[in-house]
Amino acid sequence: MSATLIHARPARVAPVPGLGLSLGVTIAWAGLIVVIPLAALAIKPWELGVAGVLASLADPRVVSALSVSFGAALAAALVALPLGLLLAWAIVRLEFPGRRVLDGAIDLPFALPTAVAGIALTALLAPNGWLGAPLMAAFGWQIAYTQAGIVAALVFVGLPFIVRTVEPVLRDMGRDAEEAAATLGATRPQALARVVLPALAPSLLTGFGLAFARGVGEYGSVIFIAGNMPMQTEIAPLLIVIRLEQFDYAGAAAVGLAMLLLSFAILLGLNLLQRALRRGRR
Amino acid sequence: MTVSVENVHRRFGAAAALDGVSLEVAPGEFVALLGPSGSGKTTLLRVLAGLEGTDAGRVGIGGRDMTGVPARERGVGVVFQHYALFRHMTVFDNVAFGLGVRPRAERPTRAETARRVRELLELVRIPELERRYPDQLSGGQRQRVALARALAIQPRLLLLDEPFGALDALVRKEVRRWVRRLHDELGIATILVTHDQEEAMEMADRVAVMERGRIVQCDAPSALLDAPATAFVAGFVGEAARIPCAVRHGVAHFDPLPLPPMRVALPDGPAQAFVRPHETLAGPGEGAVLRLVRAGTAGEARAVVEAGEATLDALLHPQGAWAVRGGACRVQLRAAQVFGAAGAQARALPLVERAGVRA
Repeated sequence: MSATLIHARPARVAPVPGLGLSLGVTIAWAGLIVVIPLAALAIKPWELGVAGVLASLADPRVVSALSVSFGAALAAALVALPLGLLLAWAIVRLEFPGRRVLDGAIDLPFALPTAVAGIALTALLAPNGWLGAPLMAAFGWQIAYTQAGIVAALVFVGLPFIVRTVEPVLRDMGRDAEEAAATLGATRPQALARVVLPALAPSLLTGFGLAFARGVGEYGSVIFIAGNMPMQTEIAPLLIVIRLEQFDYAGAAAVGLAMLLLSFAILLGLNLLQRALRRGRR
Repeated sequence: MTVSVENVHRRFGAAAALDGVSLEVAPGEFVALLGPSGSGKTTLLRVLAGLEGTDAGRVGIGGRDMTGVPARERGVGVVFQHYALFRHMTVFDNVAFGLGVRPRAERPTRAETARRVRELLELVRIPELERRYPDQLSGGQRQRVALARALAIQPRLLLLDEPFGALDALVRKEVRRWVRRLHDELGIATILVTHDQEEAMEMADRVAVMERGRIVQCDAPSALLDAPATAFVAGFVGEAARIPCAVRHGVAHFDPLPLPPMRVALPDGPAQAFVRPHETLAGPGEGAVLRLVRAGTAGEARAVVEAGEATLDALLHPQGAWAVRGGACRVQLRAAQVFGAAGAQARALPLVERAGVRA
C-alpha cells in the first residue's frame, strides 16, 4: 500500500495552471478571426500573377490613394498627440466644473457611428458651414473636400485612443516625481521636459500608434468629408470598395495587402521604439 | 538657526493640519517629527520643502524668510516616502538630475558632474549600481539612491519623510544607524518624519511629538521618557499602559482594578496613570491572572498580566516555577506617571515602600 503511494506518478506542478487549455483556445481563436482572413488577403492578389499585382499597385491612382491614407493618418495622429495629452492632463490633474462630462464625452467617437461623425464634420466645415464659412471668409481656407478635411475627421476618431492610453499612466504617476524634481531645483518646464514627458513617452507612443492605425483603416467618417476626388482626396479603403464594386476582387485584395504590409511595418517600428523607451522599466 | 518655524498654520478645508507650530533646528542637528498619522508631521515637512503653502506664520531656513519661495529655490534635500525616483533614468542620471537642471552659468561641467555623482554613490555605498534603473533595485538600494540624489544639491537642510517604511525590519535597523552616522559625518541639519517611536528615539537628538497639528513636546528622547509634558506624550512615547484612577487625599486608587494604591501629589479627582512594563512587577500572590510568560531579551522574564479590566506588560519578579500561564499573581507598581485634571501631573510611588515591597 505504502509502496504504491510512494511510487505513484511524480507530481508535476505546472507553474501556470491551465497553460495548455488557455494557449490552445487563444491560438484557435486568433487563427479563426485573425490569421485565416489575413491569409486569404495575402493569397488572393496573386491570382493576377506577380506582374499583375505589381502593375495593379503601380497604378498612379493606387499610389495616390495609399499616400493620402497614410499621410493623412500620420498627420492626424501628430495633431491628436498634443491635443490628447492636454485632454488627459485636464481630466487627471485639473478640478473644474464639467470635468466628468468632458471625461465621458471623450469616448463618444468610439460609440458614434463614424458616418454620423463624418456628416456632422462635413456640415460644420463645409464652405457654407458654421465653422467652414468664417474660416473661408477670414483666411480663404477650405477644410471640407480637401486633404485637410480628411485629417480633421481622423483627428476626431483618433483622439480618444491617445487620451485613454495616456490617462491611466498619468494618473498612476502621481505628483511625487514632479515634486522631487522641484525640490532638486528644476523649473516647471524642466520638470515637464525631463520627468513627466519621458515617463509618459511609452504611453504617448502607444496612443499615437493606435490613433494612426485607426486613421489608416478609417472609412465611414472620411468618405463624407473627403470629396473623394481620385488622385487628390481618395483614400485607399474607398479605392478597395470601388474595385470590389467593379468585381476586381484580386485588385482590391492587392491594395488591401499593400495596406496590411505598410501598417504592419509601421506598427512594428513603433513597438520596437517603445521597447527601447521602456528599457530598464518593468 | 538653520530652521525656524514660527506659529505656522495650515488648514485643509475645515481641518487644521498645522495649528500654530513652532520649531527651531540648530545647524547640524537631527530632529525627528513623531506623531500618529494625521498629526500634521508630513504637512510640516512639505511646508519646509516648499511643496505646501502656509495660511499664517513664518518659515525661515538658513536665516532667510521662505515665505513665497518656491521649492526649487530653497536648497532643501528631500527623501520622499516612496523615494519618487525617476523611473526612466539610470541611477547615475537620477543623482545627476539636481546638477543638470541648474542655470547654465552654475551648471558643473560633464566631467565635474560625473565626479560628484560617483563620489555620492560611493558615499551611499552603491557605486556599482550607477547603470541600473530604479526598477532593478531593492528597496534599500532605492533609498540610498534617493538619499544621494537629495545630497547632490548640497542642501542646507535634509528632510526625510518616513524613509524606512518600505524596508524590512532587519535592514531598517542597520540603515537607521548608517543614516545617522552619515548625518554626523556631513553635519547637515536633518528633519525626519516618522510614526515609529523607536526610530525617532534612536536616531534623533531631539524628538518633536506632534498631536493634531501641534507640537506638544520637543525634547531629547530621554526627557520625553522621563518627563512627558502631556498625557498624550506619555501614552505615545515608550511602552506605557494607560490606567484610569481616582486621587483622594494624595493617594491614587485604582479600584476596581486589583492594583495597590500609590501616593501622588495631585489634587483630588479622576486621573490617568501611565505605567511602563519595567515599572510593573508580577509576583506570587492573588488578584491578577498571568496570561503569558516569556523570556525577555536581557535575561529577565516578561509577563502579560490581566488585572481586572486592564492588560499590562510586566516584569516577572521573582522569576521561577511559580509562574504558570493562567495562574494567579499579584501586581505591584514601582512607579507611575499620573496626569490629573487641567494638565497637572506628578510621579506616583508605592505607599508601602518600607514594608518590604522593594523592587
